Amino acid sequence: MANENLTPTQRVALARHPERPGAEDIINALFTEFFPQRGDRRCGEDPAILGGVALFHGKPVTVIAHRKGRNLEEHLACHFGMPSPEGYRKAQRLMEQAEKFRRPILTFIDTPGAYPGLEAEARGQGEAIARCLAISSALTVPVVAVVTGEGGSGGALALGVGNRVLMLDNAVYSVLSPEGFAAILWKDASRSGEACDVMKLTAADLLALGVVDEIIPEPEGGAHKEPNTLYQTLDAALVRELTALNKLSPAALAAGRYKKFRVMGSSAVRKERL
Amino acid sequence: MSSIFAQRRQKLLALKALRGTPTASPHAVERCPSCQGEFTRRELVAGRYVCPLCGHHYPVGAYYRLSMVLDKGTFRELDEALASADPLEFPGYDSKLEQAQGRTGMNEAVVTAVGRMGGVKVAVGAMDSRFFMGSMSAALGEKVTRLVEYAGKNRLPLILFSASGGARMQEGILSLMQMAKTAAALEQFSRRGGLYISVLTHPTTGGVTASFASLGDIMLAEPGALIGFAGPRVIQQTIGEDLPEGFQRSEYLLEHGFLDAIVPRGQLRSTILQLLRLHGKEVDQDGK
Repeated sequence: MANENLTPTQRVALARHPERPGAEDIINALFTEFFPQRGDRRCGEDPAILGGVALFHGKPVTVIAHRKGRNLEEHLACHFGMPSPEGYRKAQRLMEQAEKFRRPILTFIDTPGAYPGLEAEARGQGEAIARCLAISSALTVPVVAVVTGEGGSGGALALGVGNRVLMLDNAVYSVLSPEGFAAILWKDASRSGEACDVMKLTAADLLALGVVDEIIPEPEGGAHKEPNTLYQTLDAALVRELTALNKLSPAALAAGRYKKFRVMGSSAVRKERL
Repeated sequence: MSSIFAQRRQKLLALKALRGTPTASPHAVERCPSCQGEFTRRELVAGRYVCPLCGHHYPVGAYYRLSMVLDKGTFRELDEALASADPLEFPGYDSKLEQAQGRTGMNEAVVTAVGRMGGVKVAVGAMDSRFFMGSMSAALGEKVTRLVEYAGKNRLPLILFSASGGARMQEGILSLMQMAKTAAALEQFSRRGGLYISVLTHPTTGGVTASFASLGDIMLAEPGALIGFAGPRVIQQTIGEDLPEGFQRSEYLLEHGFLDAIVPRGQLRSTILQLLRLHGKEVDQDGK
């Protein structure tokens, strides 16, 4: 079926497709000399965030991505792409290093959400995400975020404060997973299909709402059908974005990003008569 | 400060603080939901809605909370008229909003204001869990952001009392984006040297915890408040086992290093006054 005729529910299924290109695939395809950096320098290492320095067309960049893993063992280690606070604190560390060494940051978002576990709460999941948002909002290097699969909740947004936010055609981005949404609003997780229809989580919806700037087309039937075609399209888009952003001054980059998020939802506010 | 305007402002705030609270007789018997002990409504009100037997803190409304901490007659509300515009045209949201507005007399789940504490001018906000569980809407994010920017521009200390069930589902992704917007505003405020005191009250969860509520220079909480990112039910389902006693309560967060202090409601004002003094503000001796 042609991509433009897909329903939101079908796109959610494609965004979660087990063969959909993941963090490792995208990094291998787009970058050279990727050097993964591990650990939050406080207490642990979370493999659900894959990050480090790499070369993009010969220039150093910092890459930060959600990782789901490629086999059961990795899925479990990565909590199926749901980061713990250690992952978000590693991301903060990498962002601050990118700032120090004046490297652009490229993030790849693919997570159902932050991990809802006991230890994650004990170590301050909320604080870790909040600090990611605060730090990334003020960076003076270019930040380009790409939603590649599932963009679920604050766990996704933590890597999403970019000067430019791109989204693959069949990726989804939402306040919560459709299952979680249905469970909270209707107390019935099985109504997730219905949730998909009202949540406005497709790339086209989000472009219309001003949450994303550009949609990256996918091969017919989804990115996993012809990954190399996707990588070429994505590569060209990232080159274009970075070339444009590299022309801006550090202050303009920070100010532009602030302004971009400052107006988010401004059409969602009205003056009530009192 | 005893001008006729100040008196009128004080009366207005007192009236608003009462709105939505049951009009029971002062002699009516109340039962504490925590210890099941019994006392009169008069005792409960006199103790600022803290159980006189076990210290359980009842949730209180935003106007009431502000009336507890601000100097009398100094409350001046900001952006009172801002409300949600139902951006996703979500089925049924419009009428639910109207109901909530009618019931609480508020347009949104946060009240933002300027006022004085011990004579020191402050920017202050309080969330109200009776309005859509204090969930984060675009209007709420906008009001908080404007308050932060107001505090920055006028070089005022910022004090926020959080209480939230998380995201406003009916506003979807635009609710989520408020996390980035408020966090960015606070980062800018902080880099310019602004003082932000964050007070967490029952419950503070979800997107509010993962944004502005967790970014205080000073982190305070009322006793026994539920504070976390994921809700306890979701965590229990994920890990498939019972959660330990006291998990995600203020005392648990203090123990894990995420709070500076747990402050009972009756001491909140004096604690904040002390913090203002410690940050070089000239607080009146009596605090008025």
